[in-house]
Amino acid sequence: MEPLNRRSFLRVSVAVGGGLMASLYVDPPAFARNGTQAPAKVYPPDAFVHIRPDGQIVITVNRAELGQGVGTSFPMMLADELDADWSQVVAELAPAGDVYKDPVYGFQNTGGSASIANSFQQYRELGARTRAMLIAAAADRWHVAPASCRAASSVVYGPDGQSVRYAELADEAARRPVPERVPLKQASEFRIMGKQVRRLDGRAKCDGSQKFGLDLDLPGMMIAVVAHPPVFGGRVKAVDDADARGMAGLHDVFEIPLIHGTAVAVVADRFWTAKQARDRLKIEWDLTGIERPESSELWARYQELAGNVGNVAVSRGDESAWDHIARGNRIVAEYRLPYLAHTPMEPLNATIRFDGDRAEAWVPTQIPGFDQAAIAEVLGLKAEDVTLHTEFSGGGFGLRQAFDSHVPREAATIAQRARGIPVKLMWTREDDVRGGYYRPMFLHRVEVGIGANGMPAAWRHIAVGQSYVIGSPFESFLVKNGVDFESIGGTVDTPYVIPNFRVSTHHPTINVPPCQWRSVGYSHNAFVMETLVDELATRAKADPIAYRLKLLNPDARRLRAALSLLDQRSEWRRRLPAGQAVGIACLQYQGTAVACAAAVAIENKRPRIHRVTVALHCGQPVNPLSIENQFQGGIVFGLTQLLPKGAITLKDGRVEQRNFDGFTPPYIGDCPANIEVHIVPSDEPPTGCGEPPVPVISPAVVNALARLTGKRYRTLPLVSL
Amino acid sequence: MSFCLATSGVAQGDTRRAKGLDAWAQVYSVLVYPRCINCHTATNYPQQGDDRHRHFANVMRGPAGNGVPALTCATCHQQTNANSTGVPGGPGWHLAPLSMKWQDANDQPLSSAAVCRAVTDRSKNHGLDGPGLLKHHDEEALVLWAFTPGRRPDGTMRTLPPLTHDEFVAATRRWVEAGTPCP
Amino acid sequence: MPVTTYQLSVNGEQREVSVDPSTPLLWVLREELKMTGTKYGCGIGACGACTVHLGGHTARSCLVPVSLIGERSIVTIEGIGQDPVGRAVQDAWVDNDVVQCGYCQSGQIMSAVALLKATPKPTDVNIEQSMGGNLCRCGTYVRIRAAIKSAAWNL
Repeated sequence: MEPLNRRSFLRVSVAVGGGLMASLYVDPPAFARNGTQAPAKVYPPDAFVHIRPDGQIVITVNRAELGQGVGTSFPMMLADELDADWSQVVAELAPAGDVYKDPVYGFQNTGGSASIANSFQQYRELGARTRAMLIAAAADRWHVAPASCRAASSVVYGPDGQSVRYAELADEAARRPVPERVPLKQASEFRIMGKQVRRLDGRAKCDGSQKFGLDLDLPGMMIAVVAHPPVFGGRVKAVDDADARGMAGLHDVFEIPLIHGTAVAVVADRFWTAKQARDRLKIEWDLTGIERPESSELWARYQELAGNVGNVAVSRGDESAWDHIARGNRIVAEYRLPYLAHTPMEPLNATIRFDGDRAEAWVPTQIPGFDQAAIAEVLGLKAEDVTLHTEFSGGGFGLRQAFDSHVPREAATIAQRARGIPVKLMWTREDDVRGGYYRPMFLHRVEVGIGANGMPAAWRHIAVGQSYVIGSPFESFLVKNGVDFESIGGTVDTPYVIPNFRVSTHHPTINVPPCQWRSVGYSHNAFVMETLVDELATRAKADPIAYRLKLLNPDARRLRAALSLLDQRSEWRRRLPAGQAVGIACLQYQGTAVACAAAVAIENKRPRIHRVTVALHCGQPVNPLSIENQFQGGIVFGLTQLLPKGAITLKDGRVEQRNFDGFTPPYIGDCPANIEVHIVPSDEPPTGCGEPPVPVISPAVVNALARLTGKRYRTLPLVSL
Repeated sequence: MSFCLATSGVAQGDTRRAKGLDAWAQVYSVLVYPRCINCHTATNYPQQGDDRHRHFANVMRGPAGNGVPALTCATCHQQTNANSTGVPGGPGWHLAPLSMKWQDANDQPLSSAAVCRAVTDRSKNHGLDGPGLLKHHDEEALVLWAFTPGRRPDGTMRTLPPLTHDEFVAATRRWVEAGTPCP
Repeated sequence: MPVTTYQLSVNGEQREVSVDPSTPLLWVLREELKMTGTKYGCGIGACGACTVHLGGHTARSCLVPVSLIGERSIVTIEGIGQDPVGRAVQDAWVDNDVVQCGYCQSGQIMSAVALLKATPKPTDVNIEQSMGGNLCRCGTYVRIRAAIKSAAWNL
């Protein structure tokens, strides 16, 4: 990982009530300056570390806790370098604030599996600098050289048996100058990092005391629900609220603008009242002039688009190579991957109180700064006049990273009218399943030419699907030549050596809002790549792991290591019971390499996954327990794609699914009883673990099915085998 | 279907049988209606909806036909319909025993003859004779439920069997009085 | 419907609420009694996040109108720790680092407790069937299985 190449300096102040507060000011990188955001301002000091007089150490995490464990791994990084007593550490989530921006991306963000990678150095330096100041303060007291002191478990020890607790030193330490450079620990010196550490929020999440955004309760708070148009972009024509009027506790019913179209907001003192009132409304919608997408028609349109090359993302080698590849040595494949909903267990929500010249917001969000700015815009405020608290999220998966901040905007619109009264906007599960912001549907047309040695000699690949980057603040970074490079991650950057390689795209505009879905483009691209590579391996009569190792770029060190480790740890695949077959898949995502083996049988016309082994290389594992969790969980998340009801479809512009009965994610019975996770040992700078596991399971399972049935499944979800 | 011969004795028996079969046809139309057949499954799970799809959330028959621990029928289904939340209910919500399955293993309704044979087989139907069957159709709480099945979660009413409960009981009576003939 | 007053036994305490009789128990708990440990996930009983114990058996509280509770005692995630099986399950959940976002886990735990009370030594099949209706989007199922076995072992 590159060192921070900007000036960074600590400003330290004595906290009100005593203790040490350390904060970090970072100049924003070019990324943010060239974007549409105004240059970052320097806000008043915010705390990253607060050592309380009673010894408790409060560490502020500049990320959202979505379940992925940053609320534990971030304190681990800081506390280790700080030599803190781990039992005294508590974590808090940072509110919206410039000082909490991702040091690489330049905006406050949880996503891209980049949290630990981008803040590894930042949080360690925070801990190390704070430690240095504490030691310097102790050394001063004892009139000894700082180098003769050491620290462990929130205590500084002097050369002659002296000792003093951090809590006692905090005030003195806070007055000292902040050292510019401090050495960080070698991996061999880690006391907390690299160890299996249980989550700090584990107990609270098991006894009902953990609060999520949806749980917020404020004095005088009202609940809002919104009746959204049945077709995206629809407008309210007329509202008959006669059946709802007079309901006890109903506060208001009124039309609100959306980003596209309009809707009806219902505000009441209780959720049940608001929901029942909404159910009783008779709303006439104006749907004129609005595109009404229909899944079958979209597939036909995409298929037609795929008849043309489109925008070329990469083209290397020689088109004429195809002239030398006989028909019998070509694979021509069309893949169809449908819209996918995220359905985090906590439906979307945002709570806002607007006071005229200020506002306060509580949002379970992955992008506090974006949401803060959006709320400010709706309310006619400056961003700094909006205090936004980052709530614990009941899952995010990219949905809480929608860059148009449509949910906070809705909440702000309602809060504006409710002036002075805090309003909690709640989306029901139906709102969520029907609300758009899906992983876009994609059609891939791929032609692979097979060389004499069974390796791919030529590859041309056309991907058709919406881009959520075009029209976003990130367009100039991620879109070139009309190609959304995020949408085709896993193809253009393939670590396989494929000569005569061309990838191109079409990004149609469809009236269905698209959004990032955990593992973004890899969620469909890896499926295409890994099933095709598997087909090549089968044709070459090669072991699927050996084939991939042969096809891989020699520089793909991490992926080679992951595949080799998988090979060692999946001996079971050579001794499978009758009726089971193994499927292999691998990928490299943002520096993390993943390889997976899945043992599959067909039972009741469905794939039954009996066993999964996964090997990964993510550099230095900061919390191996958390990594195991993420990989087990990510594989389960990825299974959504295979399930018969794992798709969002549209008819006449309307989403056909309504709730979990129509869009059905994996339950416990859909998953293997065990998912074994193996990590390649490493002390290289860490890379992410949230998304890498997701794309690997679908191709692994489908590859196993190919061995059982001889059929290649290229349309998801799998309905009936 | 049997012919009606214009001779005494035999003719009367045939007429009685014909009337009984006619009544049975009416009874059968209710039994294989979704409100009834969704719980008279051949599988280890119930069905739901007019399209008789597998009940969501992986609920199971269980050893006693009322689910498994933590996922019993009563976990959701209360003693009466909960119209505000859209979940049907009745006293002791449970599946009919497998001996009273009216579908085959492919979720297809059994023929009129097959259902009639099952329903009249005293070794399978808890020993019910004709009057016993009539009483079951007349008074059994979950049978009654089928005729007032309540509201779905989306607010619409569940569809009703082709006969009212009174008509169903009357048809059952006629069938029983005809000696519970089967096609 | 006119507001009606109900006496409810919640985690061993008598509580009084005055609500529309059609209000599901879930919202009575969360909004009248301010007990937010029981979660809203879907509102149709498909996900189990709202699972409580009613009269000693599991109930999906998003579906049960308060008018149908009657005399049955209510136990929620906030109170299950007072029960030795509840405590064992919570401890096993923490020891096995089960949770991720945690939003579904109140319901998972309440279901697991009901399973262990009925079947103290559950098999893999028992676990899969009884926990088969509780959704976890973070995918913690592997660890849920392990934690249930661990709790069973300790009880």
